[in-house]
Amino acid sequence: MPDQTVPHFKVVGHSEPKVDAYALVTGKPVFVEDVDVDGSLHIAFLTSPHAHAQIIEIDTSRAEVLPGVALILTHENTPTRRYTTAGQGYPEPSPYDARMFDNTVRFVGDRVAAVAAETLEIAHAAVRLIDVQYETLPAVLSIDAALAVDAPVIHDEDDATGIHEAARNTVSVVKVDVGDIEAGFARSAAVVEIVCETQYAQHAPIEPHVVQGYLDNDGRLVLVSSTQVPFHARRIVSRVLDLPLYKVRVIKPRIGGGFGVKQEILLEDVVGLVTMRTGRPSLAVLSRPEEFFASRTRHPMRVRVKLGAGNDGVLRAVDMEVISNTGAYGSHALTVMSNVGSKTLPLYNKASDVRFDGKTVYTNMPVGGAYRGYGATQGYFALETAMDELAEDLAMDPVELRRRNHIRVGETSPIFEAIGEGKAGVEQMVKSCELEQCIDIGAERIGWDAKHGARRRDGSWVHGVGMSVHMQGSGIADVDMAAATIKMNDDGSFNLLIGATDLGTGSDTILGQIAAEVLGVPLAKIIVYSSDTDVTPFDTGAYASSTTYVSGNAVRIVAEQVRDQILEVASFMLDEEAARLRIGSERVASPMGESVTLEDVGLRALYATDQVQIGATASYVGAESPPPFLASFAEVAVDTETGQVKIIDYVAAADCGVPINPAAAEGQLEGAVANGIGYALTEEMLISDHGRVRNPTFFDYKIPAAPDLPRIRAILIDSYEPTGPMGAKSIAEIGINAPIPTIANAIYDAVGVRLRTTPFTPERVLDALEGIQQNG
Amino acid sequence: MKQTIALTINGTRRSIETELGETLLEVLRRNGMKSVKLGCDTGDCGACAVLLDGSAVNACMVLAVAADGKDVDTVEGLEHDGRLHPMQQAMIDVGAVQCGFCTPGILMSGIDLLSRNPDPTEDEVREALAGNLCRCTGYVKQVDVILATARLQAGETDA
Repeated sequence: MPDQTVPHFKVVGHSEPKVDAYALVTGKPVFVEDVDVDGSLHIAFLTSPHAHAQIIEIDTSRAEVLPGVALILTHENTPTRRYTTAGQGYPEPSPYDARMFDNTVRFVGDRVAAVAAETLEIAHAAVRLIDVQYETLPAVLSIDAALAVDAPVIHDEDDATGIHEAARNTVSVVKVDVGDIEAGFARSAAVVEIVCETQYAQHAPIEPHVVQGYLDNDGRLVLVSSTQVPFHARRIVSRVLDLPLYKVRVIKPRIGGGFGVKQEILLEDVVGLVTMRTGRPSLAVLSRPEEFFASRTRHPMRVRVKLGAGNDGVLRAVDMEVISNTGAYGSHALTVMSNVGSKTLPLYNKASDVRFDGKTVYTNMPVGGAYRGYGATQGYFALETAMDELAEDLAMDPVELRRRNHIRVGETSPIFEAIGEGKAGVEQMVKSCELEQCIDIGAERIGWDAKHGARRRDGSWVHGVGMSVHMQGSGIADVDMAAATIKMNDDGSFNLLIGATDLGTGSDTILGQIAAEVLGVPLAKIIVYSSDTDVTPFDTGAYASSTTYVSGNAVRIVAEQVRDQILEVASFMLDEEAARLRIGSERVASPMGESVTLEDVGLRALYATDQVQIGATASYVGAESPPPFLASFAEVAVDTETGQVKIIDYVAAADCGVPINPAAAEGQLEGAVANGIGYALTEEMLISDHGRVRNPTFFDYKIPAAPDLPRIRAILIDSYEPTGPMGAKSIAEIGINAPIPTIANAIYDAVGVRLRTTPFTPERVLDALEGIQQNG
Repeated sequence: MKQTIALTINGTRRSIETELGETLLEVLRRNGMKSVKLGCDTGDCGACAVLLDGSAVNACMVLAVAADGKDVDTVEGLEHDGRLHPMQQAMIDVGAVQCGFCTPGILMSGIDLLSRNPDPTEDEVREALAGNLCRCTGYVKQVDVILATARLQAGETDA
């Protein structure tokens, strides 16, 4: 990395304490449920026990007379407009296939009724008193069943829109052909083809979905929500409830993790309707089991990858076929599937012949949604496992094979333009890529040269190492928009108002750091307030790894505008041209060494001469989506007697441009890798033959705890993205894509079995080992 | 059916009316201890960990009446005279807080560990956090916080 291009920063690039850290470590009441609202009703849900059924009759009379019950909502007394629960930009690329409450239920956990009562206990008791007569319908409980010729049709309603072919349970289809794929394989010396399957997994934020609603003194609906997308939530609630948008305010306080599942409008509509109908505050919180079976999941997928390369290891042809299971509703169905290709294929841009063939199907199973990684996770399992096999076929070090194929600065890929998110993508040239260094440093730290191919035995445990490389994006180019407002106070401090949504990621802090850097003040002088639709400017929200890059650029631009206004005022005070003035250390200084403080400027502007509020609002839309890069390495130990896999060491070396806050960026990478390790080894929603989630608790659905993980080594490589704010790119998602292929390849290195189905449980590892013994 | 119990919450003795079957978690939150978080209600996530007579427990798994007459310590009681507990300060300084929802439980488990074992190894710290689920951090910096606090407190004892 040439140092001269990287400016010297005073606030950016430093691990400043998070602006919300004090409130969080002292347990201040900063989360939705921490603020008691007097007289609030509590909401409980009745959900479908059937995977697919028609509601013949719903009798709420016994529940209604239970003392303390205020309101019962069913399909008979609620708005019927179809919409998508996916909190995406408008118009959403997900089909409008859901109703608040429908007379057809399409998965075990689908909403049947909601009860609002004086206490949660009464609400639950009332739920048990609702009598529902169902006529069960044939259910579709696998990808293959969905695609069968005579498969039951899951969305046969005539008012759904945006479904590719409802009669065939096909939500969405994407086909892209670059070059001539068959010719590409014909020109290849080595060809590898594999099929991988991924499981149902859940985000498991420790804080479940929670929404508190109330009417303000003017009768407007206020929703305090654990949402990643306050502005989309406002729009969707307004449309579903047929309320004018100006009558709805959404506030996001601190929220306890999201990872994509809170990009979904799951409670806001019901809380909103209860509060509008009763005039009373109301609260809904998903229980942990509901979080698993009734909220959203990672789309399970079957991904086929076929690679062709020359003897030099350079890829000629890449063919990827994807079938994604979106469950009962098409939330993010098209875009997650598109990302399987769009976030993986450009990484290997040497291949001239590329084909992508993606399809998303409905089933009567839990509903897919946005989940950190967003399809790339599923895609990289197949792609990076296939690369490992290709390396073996070519008798080439897997590290060397990646070096020969990955995209570099100044290069592009036709896939950037070919696959977008609901529309065409955007052509882009890679302007920063330090993947080569990520690979070198990661390999060195894990001890690749000494350990790869050198199985070390320790009793029944065998050690091996594996690796994989990755890219993601930074926001959705030409779609995601963010705005920021800054106003200056009379003491030289600033209010930074942003629509951007901090889910615990630290975005309030890093956006504050960007503003502080430009305005020449310490972070403490930036008062950050975010995510309140009445107060802060618009932002599409926290998803698609967009906040640092898209919202960060909006903050950079508005801070520059405010800085220029400050220099204008100071130029009168110092009798010097504004262009010759410099801002820094809370002062504006002339080349002659004269200076005024920002407080002097603030006081003059507000009280003295030519009075004016120094302040501005600026917006940003990404013209491109610069990818961060990652090289991931793991050492595993496999117990050949039990099939257990332990992670001995994990190194994740990332290029995220300039990390605005290195500790926060490391935290993102460490957390994403930890989540990915769970996804690789233990996490799986088990679905019964009747479509019921069998393990909807933290006891039975095992997410990693501290003793299950090694000390994950996150390394941030020096890099600078010229289009990023202060040189930054994204870091939030990329890490989660790495553990599955990295661990799969390490297991192969250790014990010689290729695992094609996640998670790599002891049973699956043992089965694979026994397969070898039988075959051998 | 209601019952009155005596709880000493963060050093202040209180007389509290509880409903039959109410958990310590519910009683604490109802009495303003909002640092005690509900993440699962089954004793699996540790977001509601508090100290009961000095030992960490999941407040969702303790009936309020079972805590009658006992001392309960929560994160609200850690700050003294405007000074944070060193483990709280380390959480801020190390950058170990992401969403912060699990942080109070982690703090109480960490304090419980150091009260029993002032000089833990990294493995011992990880084991002590086995019942505290965090989905944001990967635990790296939280483990560092507890180790750093142990070193700091050892230094203070030596001095």
